[in-house]
Amino acid sequence: MADIKKHDTPMVDELKGGPWPSFVDDIYSYAEKHQKQACFDLMGQLELSYKHKETHWKHGGIVGVFGYGGGVIGRYSDQQDKFPAIWAFHTVRVNQPASKWYHSSALRKLCEMWDHRGSGMLNTHGSTGDLVLLGTVTEQLEPIFFDLTHQMNMDLGGSGSNLRTPSCCVGKARCEWSCIDTQALCYDLTMTYQDELHRPAFPYKFKFKISGCPNDCVAAIARADLSIIGTWIDDIRIDQEAVRAYVGGELKPNAGAHSDRDWGPFDIQKEVIDLCPTQCMHWDEKEKKLYINNKECNRCMHCINVMPEALRPGTDTGATILMGAKAPILDGAQLSTVIVPFMRLEPPYDNLKELIEKTWDFWMENGKNRERLGELIQRIGLNRFIVDVLGLKPIPQHVREPRSNPYVFWKEEEVEGGWDRDVAEFRKRHPA
Amino acid sequence: MSDKVYEEIQNTQLDEIFSKPYDPELAEKLYNPQKPMENRITDIGPPHYAQFFPPVIKKNYGKWVSHEIIQPGVIKYKSETGDVVYAVRVGCARLVTTDYIREVCEIADKYCDGYVRWTTRNNIEFHVTDEEKLRALLDDLKGRKFPNGSYKFPVGGTGASVTNIVHTQGWVHCHTPAIDASGVVKAVMDELFDYFGSHKLPAQVRIALACCLNMCGAVHCSDIAILGIHRKPPLVEDDRLQHVCEIPLVVAACPLGAIKPATVEIDGEKKKTVRVNKERCMFCGNCYTMCPAMPLADGEGDGIAILVGGKISNRISPPKFSKLVIPFIPNEPPRWPTTVKWIKKILETYAQHARKYERLGEWAERIGWERFFELCEIPFTEKSIDDYRLAYDTYRTSLHFKFTSHVEPM
Ligand code: HEM
Ligand code: HEM
Ligand code: HEM
Ligand code: HEM
Ligand code: SF4
Ligand code: SF4
Ligand code: SF4
Ligand code: SF4
Repeated sequence: MADIKKHDTPMVDELKGGPWPSFVDDIYSYAEKHQKQACFDLMGQLELSYKHKETHWKHGGIVGVFGYGGGVIGRYSDQQDKFPAIWAFHTVRVNQPASKWYHSSALRKLCEMWDHRGSGMLNTHGSTGDLVLLGTVTEQLEPIFFDLTHQMNMDLGGSGSNLRTPSCCVGKARCEWSCIDTQALCYDLTMTYQDELHRPAFPYKFKFKISGCPNDCVAAIARADLSIIGTWIDDIRIDQEAVRAYVGGELKPNAGAHSDRDWGPFDIQKEVIDLCPTQCMHWDEKEKKLYINNKECNRCMHCINVMPEALRPGTDTGATILMGAKAPILDGAQLSTVIVPFMRLEPPYDNLKELIEKTWDFWMENGKNRERLGELIQRIGLNRFIVDVLGLKPIPQHVREPRSNPYVFWKEEEVEGGWDRDVAEFRKRHPA
Repeated sequence: MSDKVYEEIQNTQLDEIFSKPYDPELAEKLYNPQKPMENRITDIGPPHYAQFFPPVIKKNYGKWVSHEIIQPGVIKYKSETGDVVYAVRVGCARLVTTDYIREVCEIADKYCDGYVRWTTRNNIEFHVTDEEKLRALLDDLKGRKFPNGSYKFPVGGTGASVTNIVHTQGWVHCHTPAIDASGVVKAVMDELFDYFGSHKLPAQVRIALACCLNMCGAVHCSDIAILGIHRKPPLVEDDRLQHVCEIPLVVAACPLGAIKPATVEIDGEKKKTVRVNKERCMFCGNCYTMCPAMPLADGEGDGIAILVGGKISNRISPPKFSKLVIPFIPNEPPRWPTTVKWIKKILETYAQHARKYERLGEWAERIGWERFFELCEIPFTEKSIDDYRLAYDTYRTSLHFKFTSHVEPM
């Protein structure tokens, strides 16, 4: 093996101490054990960044695997002489299994491949959800792709102006609140839209994220152009016996989430009834019974979070479909906005796919370069998007409140008699 | 639940391909650069999720009825079948090596039949089905440390805690960051470590970091957001620009219309380039995303902004954006002490004053942002008054304010 060159990294070394897992200690241990120059060089370059307070990575170049338009982020060091082992240091986005369960046999094999073909460093996981293999050279990209597809039955995720890798919460695999099959839906959409994921044809990126309930553990409402959030349309299930157990102090509120501080005895009135945002609950102290006026409940999950043994979402379940979240670049961030208040989601999810494809068709035809769906909706107006593009009925659920200005763009056909008028006729009634 | 989904899950087995040894030479045999389509497999998508479900998860899919966090980091789930599973959540640096992953595998093999999962916030979860194994696992995790003493697998991140920080690449991999990511996260989590493994806050506190305004980390809806910002307009490399950039795209990329095409003469040669109206620039870096000849990064110009009070969940109040409370803190590698100090101050002031279940943003709204600044002893500056689009939404158009120390009668 060629001589290994180590760098002095006094500042970076200061991150070895302290209780939180130290990436520096991890990377150096690995570097020593495997004599990996890329790891020493990465730490060396990081030290230089700590000194200059500036990054030393160049603007990426376009690299990738044949036939795919994404999945690899090109990266080159601007210190190629000092740190030759990371002169090219591309990342590979590997599409994660839905909700990120793994078996050690799969992970070990992936590790062996990555020791052999890359830096041995990775991100578990990227913020979109992919498993991110961090750092390799251009010549290794095709072999990595062949190893993934031939030896691991794995594939690349998305990057660029295409569908990004969909992701979801743990859902029914382990969470009693999940109102939809988050993994099944995530997997189905990922497989249905492989072409959109691998071959950029969109004006910009497009993200799906799927949470099983309004707690929204994958932050779908803030991070996805299409946010799918599980919910129910019937009544919260109540086990009155368990409610009494919470009131009596036998069960810990919020499943024990507040255990390290003395908040006093549980007070159902103060902690649940009074905090219910719709004031739709009532605790009858005499009867020792909880009443919920489900018609008024807005399914915020608070009472269920506080008393998980006693309350559960209803059984007529589906999802609310929202669209348009994006990060602040360019026009400011947006949260997703409600499009379909309730959609039942059963395989093969044709109702959802029809909505998705209608939306894409419109966006691909009308979106400008680098215009996210949320920006397009704002540009043309939510009302037009809902009514003219999607053909849905406008309902109060689409807005937080009605507009407060009267500047309605009436269409000519909506106005009796149209817009063509005869001035002479007008003047007959109203001499100038 | 759909029976079809349940059935599909039961019928999915762990792919045998993973038990075949890795062949480091196979790819070179299969891949032929002259005929790139030869032997190419495409569009197979991710491995089916259900093959990685441990047996207890598979069997009880959709049958869970309740859960209890029996201690910080350990959630016990009960199924209608009578089965239970304990999920043990541990923190992870996100930037890890294959040796670390192999250690995760070793633990998973020893206690969990090889199964393991990652959460949305980069935590790792191990699952066991009986209490004895649980105790052994917890003991084992506690003893595993890196050579210089940091925990490899700190247990926590549940309930009213500070869970793992969602973050981006920073100086470890990206070309546009204003700050580092992994180093800042390490420094902050070292200081807040105690809050990761305990339940003493009024509610959960989600911290996120994004190293530039692109916000790959999507920090904008976090209780506490650490955001890298630039403060110097882009440099313009006149001699290089026309060779590496599409000028119309660069001009269009600027959200504020601050970029105009221009022509300059260099050594008697006319070159097409651009000019930036520096007064208009908001340092977003969009131009640099489109054009490598317009770098923004600067050791003195760049640093951290702190935004607070955002949330994602619909619990009690609707999701909210984080609000800018500290406009700038200089970069202070390797441990960013000023940033760490302010985050701790905000967190502990919140912990002291908020009511049970109240998220940071809900607390600030209840007491009023003027009181928030006062209690946290954060100097209020004009930078926290919005002057971007939709700014009017944040103006005070009522008399519902409090007389905090900020008010000096005129
Ligand atoms: C216009 C806005 C954005 C631009 C120009 C942008 C650009 C980039 C670039 C250059 C990288 C490469 C970092 C590296 O070198 O590894 C990256 C990584 C990434 N970005 Fe973005 N980004 C944007 C917004 C977002 C948003 C809003 C999200 C998620 C909600 C996101 C998710 C990711 C993910 C998951 C990665 C992989 C690395 C990581 O997780 O840190 N990006 N982005
Ligand atoms: C006691 C009630 C709750 C339970 C049992 C619960 C359960 C879970 C579970 C199982 C995960 C892992 C999900 C995944 O990665 O797929 C998770 C993560 C998360 N949950 Fe919740 N959740 C609860 C309440 C909430 C609330 C009220 C919020 C928001 C206010 C919330 C926000 C999050 C976030 C942001 C994550 C990502 C954190 C991580 O993965 O470490 N959760 N939660
Ligand atoms: C439905 C749409 C609206 C209608 C039909 C409407 C109509 C009127 C009328 C007829 C007056 C009284 C004018 C007069 O004294 O001769 C008035 C006054 C006023 N309107 Fe409106 N208005 C509308 C919306 C708004 C909106 C959206 C605003 C501001 C947000 C607004 C602000 C005012 C103000 C400030 C006055 C003066 C009030 C005063 O001097 O007491 N109006 N409006
Ligand atoms: C300091 C300020 C902010 C921080 C630190 C921040 C952080 C984040 C983070 C961590 C994410 C999640 C990305 C991911 O994990 O995939 C995110 C996403 C998002 N944020 Fe922010 N954010 C900030 C400001 C804002 C603002 C002001 C808005 C809107 C007005 C906003 C809107 C959004 C949206 C819509 C997403 C989803 C982005 C996408 O997928 O494209 N954020 N933000
Ligand atoms: S989003 Fe809801 S269903 Fe999904 S893991 Fe979180 S609490 Fe459970
Ligand atoms: S879910 Fe929220 S709105 Fe509905 S009853 Fe419970 S606390 Fe009230
Ligand atoms: S947030 Fe900005 S600097 Fe950080 S990884 Fe994303 S694009 Fe790069
Ligand atoms: S940094 Fe942003 S605002 Fe400034 S010139 Fe570049 S694109 Fe325009």
